[in-house]
Amino acid sequence: MAALAGVLPRGAILFRREDTAPYECDALTAYRTSPLAVVLPETEMQVAAALEVCHRMGVPIIARGAGTGLSGGAMPHHGGVVLSLAKFNKILRIDAGTCTAVVQCGVRNLAISEAAAPYGLYYAPDPSSQIACTIGGNVAENSGGVHCLKYGLTLHNVLRVRGFMVDGEPVEFGSGSLDAPGLDLLSVVVGSEGMLAVTTEVTVKLTPKPQVARCIMASFDDIESAGAAVASVIAHGIIPAGLELMDKAMTAAVDAFVHADYDLDAAAILLCESDGTPEEVAEEIVRMEEVLVASGASRIEVSCDEAQRLKFWSGRKNAFPASGGISPDYMCMDSTIPRRRLAEMLLAIEQMQSQYGLRCVNVFHAGDGNLHPLILFDAEDPDQMRRCELFGADILETSVRLGGTVTGEHGVGVEKLNSMCVQFSPLERAQFLAVKRAFDPLELLNPGKVIPTLRRCAEYGKMHVHRGMLPFPDLPRF
Amino acid sequence: MDRRDPELARLIDQVERARSHRAPVDIRGGGTKTFYGGPPMGEPLDVTGLSGISSYEPTELVVTVRAGTLLSELEAALEEHGQSLPFEPPRFSAGGTVGGMVAAGLSGPARASVGTVRDHVLGVTLLNGRGELLTFGGQVAKNVAGYDVSRLMAGSLGILGVICEVSLKVLPVPRAGATLCFDWDEPRALEQLNLWASQPLALNASAWHDGRLHVRLAGAAAALSAACGKLGGTAVAPDAADSWWRGVRDQSGDFFSVSGADLARGDCLWRLSLPATAPPVELHGRQFIEWHGAERWWRTTAGPPEVRSAAALAGGHATLVRGADKSSGVFTPLSDVLMRIHHGLKQAFDPACVFNPGRMYAGL
Repeated sequence: MAALAGVLPRGAILFRREDTAPYECDALTAYRTSPLAVVLPETEMQVAAALEVCHRMGVPIIARGAGTGLSGGAMPHHGGVVLSLAKFNKILRIDAGTCTAVVQCGVRNLAISEAAAPYGLYYAPDPSSQIACTIGGNVAENSGGVHCLKYGLTLHNVLRVRGFMVDGEPVEFGSGSLDAPGLDLLSVVVGSEGMLAVTTEVTVKLTPKPQVARCIMASFDDIESAGAAVASVIAHGIIPAGLELMDKAMTAAVDAFVHADYDLDAAAILLCESDGTPEEVAEEIVRMEEVLVASGASRIEVSCDEAQRLKFWSGRKNAFPASGGISPDYMCMDSTIPRRRLAEMLLAIEQMQSQYGLRCVNVFHAGDGNLHPLILFDAEDPDQMRRCELFGADILETSVRLGGTVTGEHGVGVEKLNSMCVQFSPLERAQFLAVKRAFDPLELLNPGKVIPTLRRCAEYGKMHVHRGMLPFPDLPRF
Repeated sequence: MDRRDPELARLIDQVERARSHRAPVDIRGGGTKTFYGGPPMGEPLDVTGLSGISSYEPTELVVTVRAGTLLSELEAALEEHGQSLPFEPPRFSAGGTVGGMVAAGLSGPARASVGTVRDHVLGVTLLNGRGELLTFGGQVAKNVAGYDVSRLMAGSLGILGVICEVSLKVLPVPRAGATLCFDWDEPRALEQLNLWASQPLALNASAWHDGRLHVRLAGAAAALSAACGKLGGTAVAPDAADSWWRGVRDQSGDFFSVSGADLARGDCLWRLSLPATAPPVELHGRQFIEWHGAERWWRTTAGPPEVRSAAALAGGHATLVRGADKSSGVFTPLSDVLMRIHHGLKQAFDPACVFNPGRMYAGL
C-alpha cells in the first residue's frame, strides 16, 4: 500500500473493506472475492507506475472496466489489486475520412456511437449492455451483439489497442492503418480477458449508419421449422442485420414484461432485420418474406415504422430482465452451436429440464448460432444452485459435442473454467498457458481466469467428457 | 484431424526429426509466394498431401479445408453454392494452397470493405514445434473460449507452426456489382475516396493508377443503381471489369511484374500500409493505390531507409515485397517490447526454432 501511495494521488487507492466491496464481483454476482486494494489511476503514467509497483512486488493485477461482464472475468484476486480504469472516459478523436475513433478504454460502447452520429457513423458491435459496458471491456471479451452476423465482433472493428505490459512498459498492438508488421498480436489480445496486457486506449472502426432498418417478426408452429427457416434465409444468400429466435416460454415471459405484441401461440418467433439504403432494404425485405413464408411461417408481420421496429426488439432486448421477473434467479449460458443443430440442442435442453427439475427459457442469436439458455432457479436453495450448475455444465458439454463452443461472447472468466477442460485437450491448454507466459511470464495479470490448471481439469475429469467421447456412454448421468 | 492419418503422421515425423536435430524446415504449399518475406531455408516440409475439403455446409457459412487444398479448388466449390471468400485472396500463379493463403495473410482488392483473411479464420488445426497436433477456434462464428490462437496464424508466415486444417467463414457472392471509372489525379482520387468512405455507398474496392481511378460497388441491385447515379464516372462493362479486378487481385498487370532486369537495377516493389487519409507520399517511381487509399504500392529504386521513413512519416509502415536485396529486412522493424513478445511466442510454439526461420524477421 505504501509503495502504491508513492505513485498514485490521494484518493486513488481504496483498501477499506466498505470501499472495496463494490468491486467484489462483476455481473456474475454469484462469485465474489475481496481484493487487497482497488486503485483508480487518472493518467497513463499512473497506470504504468501502479503496474510497475505490483509487478516488482509480485502482486496480481485485475483490470476492470464497468464490471458488466457475465463470466466473472473481472472478479478480484484475494491477494491482488483491482486496477479500475473508470477514469479513462474521454473520446479523443473522431476521423470521418478514415472512419475511425480514438477513445480511452473507459468510454462506454454506446457513447462512441453517440459521438460519431453527427458524422453519419456509428460503432457497430452492440452488446446488450452497451449503455454501460466500456470499450476496454469489449476488447477484453471480444464482445458481440445482435448485429455481429453482418458487422462482425469487436476484433473486426478494432484497429489498434494501446496500453501497458504487466511490468508497466507501454505497448501498441495493431496500428493506425489497416494492418501492422509482424504477427497479428491484436487477434490474441482482443478476447484475452485482461490476461495479456492492460488496455488504455483503443482505435475503433466506425461504420456508415444505415439509412433505414426494418424488421420482420415471423411465427412458427414448431421449433424445427424455425431452425430450418434460419438456414433457408442464409442459403438464399441473405445476410440479415439481425436474426434472433425466442422459444415459447421466453416469448411469454417477455411479453408479460414489456407487451411487445408477440404471437403467444407460436412455438418460436423469429426476428429478422434488414438495414441499409431504402432501395436495398425494400428489395431485401421482400426476399426475406418469401423465404420465411416458404419455410412455413404461420404469421408474418413487417415493421412499418421505427416505433414498431423498436417494439419488436424491445421484447428480445428485455429477455434477461423478463426472466428475472418470472424467477428469483437465472443463470445465463452462452454456448455457440452450428445453426443446423439448433432443434437437436433445444430438444436436449427440454430433456435436461426434467432431468434437473429446473425450467429453462431460450433466446438464440440464430444468425451466428449463439444460444442463451436462461436456467431459472432459486439461489437461496443450495440444492437448486447445485442442480443449476450441473444443468449449465450439461448444456455446455452438449454444445461441444454438437460441434460448438462453451462461450460465444461472454467469455470464460471463472464461470466456465471447468468447461474449458471439456473443449480443449491438456496439450492445447498447455499451449494457451505458454501464450500467456509470452506476454506475462510471472502470470500476474488476472491470474486464475480462462485457462484451467491441469489439476483442476483432472478433478473435474472424474466425469470427464472430451469431444463427445463419454467414458461410459450408456450410463445415465444426473 | 487424426494423428494416425498417414499424411499427417509423415509431417509429424518430419517435425519431430527436425526438432531433435534443431534443423530448419521450410513449410511449403504450392510455392507461389516464396518471393514474399525473407528467403526460405531448410528442408522442405511439403503440406500439399493434406488435401481436400473436410466439411462444407453452405447454410452455416463455414467451410473446413485441409491446408494443402488448392485455393482454386476451394473457390470453385464455394462458387457452386453462390458463395465466396469475400477478402479475395490473390493467386500469384496456379498451385496456391489454402494453408499458404492463411500463412501469408494477404487479402485482395475488397479488403478495405470486407476485412482480411484473418477476419474470416474461425479455427485452425496446427502442428507446433513439439509435433503436437492442436485445434483452436472452431467452426462457429462466435467463439471466445481461450485466446484466439487460430487468427494469430493468419499472416504468421509459418513461424509458429504448420497449419494443417482451417475453418473459414464464407459469404454469399453479392447480388450485383458495378465498376465505375474516373480520370482523376492522385490528390483528387484520394480526396474523393476519403469522402465516400463515410457514406453508405456499397463501396467494395478501389484502385488508382496512372491518372485513373476504378471503383467497384457490390450489393443489392437497387442500391447499386442509386449509388452509381450519385457517384457519376464512366461505367465499365461487367466482363471487362471482372477481368480487370482479377488482374489487380493476382497482381498480373505490368505495374506488378518485376523482371530480373528490374531487380538488377534496384527497382523494387514496396507495399505501404497507411491511414487512408495520408496525403500523397513523396517518392520517385510509380504508384498503384488500393483499399480506398490505405494501401499504396510503389515501384521505386529508393533505398529501404528512404521508403521506410516516408511510410513512417505518413503514419504507417512499409514492406519490401519484391527486391533483389532483402538483407535490411522485409518488414518494418518492431519496437523492443513487440519483438520480445514475438520471441516469447516463438518459444511458446516452436522452442527449437525450426519453422521458417528468417521468413518474418531475422532470429525468429
